[in-house]
Amino acid sequence: MPDLSRLSPLKPVLPWALLALGVAAPFALSSYDLNLLARFMAMGILALGLVLIWGHGGILSLGQGVFFGLGGYAIALHMKLADLPAGELPDFMVWSGRESLPFWWTPFASPAFTLAAIILLPTLAGALFAWAVFHRRVGGTYFALITQALSLAFATLIISRQDVTGGFNGLTDFYSIFGVGLASPGTGSMLYWITLTILCVAFVALRWLLASRFGILLRAARDGENRVRFLGYNPTPFKVAAFAIAAMLAGIGGALFTLHAGVVSPALIGVVPSIEMVVWVAIGGRYSLAGAIVGALLVNLARDAVSSAFPELWLYLMGALFIFVVTLLPRGLAGIAKGKAA
Amino acid sequence: MSGSAISDLILSVDGVTIDYSGFKALDGFSMTLNRGETRVVIGPNGAGKSTLCDTIIGRVRPSTGRVIFKGEEIHRLPEQAIVARGICRKFQAPGVLPTLSVRDNLALAARRDRRWWKSLGSGIPADERAAVDEALESVGLTHRATVEAGTLAHGEKQWLEIAMVMATGAELLLLDEPTAGMGPAETSRTAELILGLGDTRTVLVIDHDMSFVEQLAAPVTVMHQGKFLKQGSVAEVRADPEVAAVYLGHTA
Repeated sequence: MPDLSRLSPLKPVLPWALLALGVAAPFALSSYDLNLLARFMAMGILALGLVLIWGHGGILSLGQGVFFGLGGYAIALHMKLADLPAGELPDFMVWSGRESLPFWWTPFASPAFTLAAIILLPTLAGALFAWAVFHRRVGGTYFALITQALSLAFATLIISRQDVTGGFNGLTDFYSIFGVGLASPGTGSMLYWITLTILCVAFVALRWLLASRFGILLRAARDGENRVRFLGYNPTPFKVAAFAIAAMLAGIGGALFTLHAGVVSPALIGVVPSIEMVVWVAIGGRYSLAGAIVGALLVNLARDAVSSAFPELWLYLMGALFIFVVTLLPRGLAGIAKGKAA
Repeated sequence: MSGSAISDLILSVDGVTIDYSGFKALDGFSMTLNRGETRVVIGPNGAGKSTLCDTIIGRVRPSTGRVIFKGEEIHRLPEQAIVARGICRKFQAPGVLPTLSVRDNLALAARRDRRWWKSLGSGIPADERAAVDEALESVGLTHRATVEAGTLAHGEKQWLEIAMVMATGAELLLLDEPTAGMGPAETSRTAELILGLGDTRTVLVIDHDMSFVEQLAAPVTVMHQGKFLKQGSVAEVRADPEVAAVYLGHTA
């Protein structure tokens, strides 16, 4: 294990150096690599939410793909409609024999509605779901299993309603966002900087939240939920609020990812991707916001490299990494950086 | 403290039965506490002492009977609502929050407004800060305020819990075996602490360490098999043949 404590004089400078590198990336990277980095940063936004609920709240969610998908589909619906000549239907609807747009598609023609939906849809869905489960005092493994069922149900629903959701193939072929052509020069860099900005804002906001009394109570409820009750707190609203915030970040990450990847589909949000999201955070360090971002970047970078060379190998490698980290490095890479593995 | 008027009644446990599928942990048990009183409840293992605490704080629900606190029935309220009315309990096993600092443990307990949206900040109001400092001081943990509570020694954890119960500002404190696992010196220290509490609050102490009970010099209620058995001073209870038969006989 490298001794990182020797680097400690650099510590105050490190975040700013990384930020400078991040801002400068569009000038140094090819548009392909920049797009890849932007996608991984969008995933990093989701990963921050997992630090809040899993690391500090003790709430393991295997269903973050659902909220990622809600944000992703919200923006995809808008882009599909925006690119459409008046009176026409998206191509897949025509192929499925539909003759009119489903009523719930229509409001997504409005950019303002879409922006609100990207933020509110996952937040409200997360809050409602979390409240329904937590107020019955269901937690721990049971909660994780319910979230997994949720992600399975969500992906199945999308696949089964091919005529209105695009089914297994998802939604793709986007050309513009809010009137800006996605292929025009400069759009890639602009979207990258927007993603970087949102990532930084989410990072700073969660840092503040975790240091606040809210964060203290969340950790307290993780370590002794009953103790917290007997101090006169109802832990349920705290856990619901944390889960809703994590769902919101997942939704924003999903919308940005869809923008960069040019596609959203059940394969990106179902059971396996939802587990992968937890693996990024486990490897990066579930208690550390910076660790989660690093985990999301590194694991996805590795996935990209490995799965292009050996597509069959990735799942096994990821499983092995997960087991290694959970058993030997419960604090992940962030634990190594802090000099304490356990 | 003796001879209090009826209007000073703060807690009344009235004919409470707790039935664990046939086994009656409490069997028509009744007792009352007056405001400002310190009371010790003793009894052999399985007498129902901890179940009494569980019932008052809302952890278990009586099948018959009522619990009345300050004139209000509380035995159907959720735990946090009971705490909000001014009752706080120290559990038998130390239940400090291990990954929080000693100060944060106390700050959580001292918090008056416990709604989640009021927790979105890090400032602590002056009166809560004062309650935390006072609680730290009174249990002698001021110099340990910043360490993680999980790293405290066993006795220190017990004192931290007593301090947390104090910091809540509750009027009625339930202390379930506050001296569990303590040596004689620590036990005496704890007795002093509890005597100090009795000036301003009503305290219900559960213990079976008779030397500790003697140091408290408070009225004693004896329980046996979920029922009320006797009440009196330590000396009276010690001299009672019925009590000796069920309880003191086993230990003396």
